[in-house]
Amino acid sequence: MLTAVAIAVDGLGFAAWLFLSSVGLTLIYGVMRILNIAHGGFYALGAYASAWAIGLYMQTGQPVALAFLIIPVMAVLAGTVAGLLIERGVLRFMYGRDEVLMVLVTYALFLILEDVTKLIWGTDSYVAWQPAYALGTIDIMGIPYTGYKFMIIGVAVVCGGALYWGLSHTRVGKLLLVVIEDREVAGSLGINVTRFFTVTFLVGATLGALGGALTAPEISVVPGIGAEIIVMAFAVIVIGGMGSIPGAVIGALIVGLARATSVHLYPPAELFSIYLVMAAVLAVKPYGLFALAEGRKI
Amino acid sequence: MGIKTRILTTTATLAASAALCLPAAADEVKIGVVTFLSGGAAGPFGVPARNAAELVIEAINDGSLPAPYNSAGLAGDTIAPIYVDENSKQKNADFQKLVEKDGVELVLGYISSSSCKAIAPEAEKLKKLTVLFDCGTPQIFEEIVTEPKYTFRTAATATMDNVAAARYLMDTGATSDRVAGINQNYAWGQDSWRDFSASMAQLASKAEIVTEQYPKVYAGQYGSEISAILTKRPDVVHSSFWGGDMEAFVIQGSARGVFERSKVVLTAGETAMHSLAKQIPDGTIIGARGPHGDLAPDSALNDWFRAAYEAKFGSLPTYPSYKMAQALLGVKSAADKAGASSQDAIIAALAGLEWEGPSGKVSMALAGGHQAIQDTAYGTFKLTEDGKGSLVDIIRYDATCVNPPEGKISIEWINAGFDGASCN
Repeated sequence: MLTAVAIAVDGLGFAAWLFLSSVGLTLIYGVMRILNIAHGGFYALGAYASAWAIGLYMQTGQPVALAFLIIPVMAVLAGTVAGLLIERGVLRFMYGRDEVLMVLVTYALFLILEDVTKLIWGTDSYVAWQPAYALGTIDIMGIPYTGYKFMIIGVAVVCGGALYWGLSHTRVGKLLLVVIEDREVAGSLGINVTRFFTVTFLVGATLGALGGALTAPEISVVPGIGAEIIVMAFAVIVIGGMGSIPGAVIGALIVGLARATSVHLYPPAELFSIYLVMAAVLAVKPYGLFALAEGRKI
Repeated sequence: MGIKTRILTTTATLAASAALCLPAAADEVKIGVVTFLSGGAAGPFGVPARNAAELVIEAINDGSLPAPYNSAGLAGDTIAPIYVDENSKQKNADFQKLVEKDGVELVLGYISSSSCKAIAPEAEKLKKLTVLFDCGTPQIFEEIVTEPKYTFRTAATATMDNVAAARYLMDTGATSDRVAGINQNYAWGQDSWRDFSASMAQLASKAEIVTEQYPKVYAGQYGSEISAILTKRPDVVHSSFWGGDMEAFVIQGSARGVFERSKVVLTAGETAMHSLAKQIPDGTIIGARGPHGDLAPDSALNDWFRAAYEAKFGSLPTYPSYKMAQALLGVKSAADKAGASSQDAIIAALAGLEWEGPSGKVSMALAGGHQAIQDTAYGTFKLTEDGKGSLVDIIRYDATCVNPPEGKISIEWINAGFDGASCN
């Protein structure tokens, strides 16, 4: 029983982190048809900016509560600045190009972001543990879990809910769904598709940075963290269906629970379990569980 | 263009080409220095090692090291380092470039056990003197290159770290009935856990392995692994995590009480004991993969190294810096002994050599004189009143107590009850 509960809690915690780290990737793909490898760079930028700013703030001796505000502020700053530079400076000149070419372009951007991160923050590790400790622990059947982990689960639920509500209950969201469905038709209806691209890219980049910024207090922020997340995020959105936000939720839950189950019951298969699930899903649903149906254009 | 002008131009071109093709000047010896300059291992390992290389090479070239290393250069020849990033998808090609294009006399480097497994056979194939300065897997000379001619390793293997860790638990009277491990899922982590768990089986007959966790390297998130460990209620948790992974485990594990509920052994914990001093709970057992850093014995060389490193880089050297210095001083000792800096001269002199590094005596005692052993030490972490990390209850182990004798395979030696070990 204890193991089953631990699997559920650990799986949920890991899934929340995965969802926050991958939802921006699937949003950008859904709207722009760009598999944005640079997403890993946004994640790293958010993590570094957050850890660096929290570190500076904590040196002032002020209460830790305000550090929780630093996390979203730095995520928005890192995501919008880097996202705007990349979308306005590079990607807008490439719209309409082949998807494979865009993968290569965003991969190049990812490598540039890695070096930019290193230029700004160097190669030393950054730790900003104070927020992760500030919320204490919650005991579940004698096993302590950090309150911070439950906060991340809460943030993931809020983000997922906000995206769902925004897309289905607001005018902008409904227009965005039209762009996702068919950008040519959307353009012919007078929707400013390019502006939607810019805004979507900024939102996606900020979500990537938020994933990193929220993770920073739990980890040691070191060079290379962006490369690690992009592989995992890719597995999540492939399982859920690229471009689908409900798919990202389900994909994250499947990966989180598969990994937690393996860690508790058969640890050597921890990594294998994630890709086994991915292979199994793709064998049955080659475009993922919630892939958007695409009409054949004649 | 007149005939004279043409002759002059041709002659000048030929002379310039010949100059470019000439070997390096006789008083310069090129060394390829390979460490992580990017990626997750750069901050805690690669850059401190590169910093140490810069410092020690400068001092060797100037002749400003303390005695007996106060003669300039390698047997009088100036070292010209070429730094290469180990964080590469084409490590073997990078190595080949150093050998064939850059014309280095030797390659000194490699932190990751995976890198060493790839490079050791390449070094033998290309017949290029290669000094591995840090990687720990015992496989290098036990399975990968069993009759080395060109490959040396100036650092002891993971066997030493893990046998000593088990002995330290016994010597400090730690309850060790239930043992858990969390180690990275590649050669380093697997070999470390294998040697530690086998050592515990020999030293603590009641010890039971309750869980073995193998997250991937650079995973960073250990929530599930920590829960799995907590549910098994171990007395001892062993981890050979290093760098950012180790720091993340400390932050997450400490927040969830792993360190309070179990005696945690961090065999490579020394690199974090100052930066995470407030997160590492008192009582954590800390290793430095040898008697490096805070575990280094007092000596004039160690004093010089710590002071010079801190003056140049603003922080104290950690164990990767010590191991780089150790390797460079081994090469210098060999070259000075041979009276030449050529590959053949250094190979002949380095095999079986003994020299003093900042961490004490190093002996190339295994693998036909190609694999180093040295004394080691462990300590228990304690936060000082002024908020700094320190080590107490330090216990030192002779090299012959925690390393297998020549000709023995590490795991067989452990399983045979450390046959021939000489412990004080």
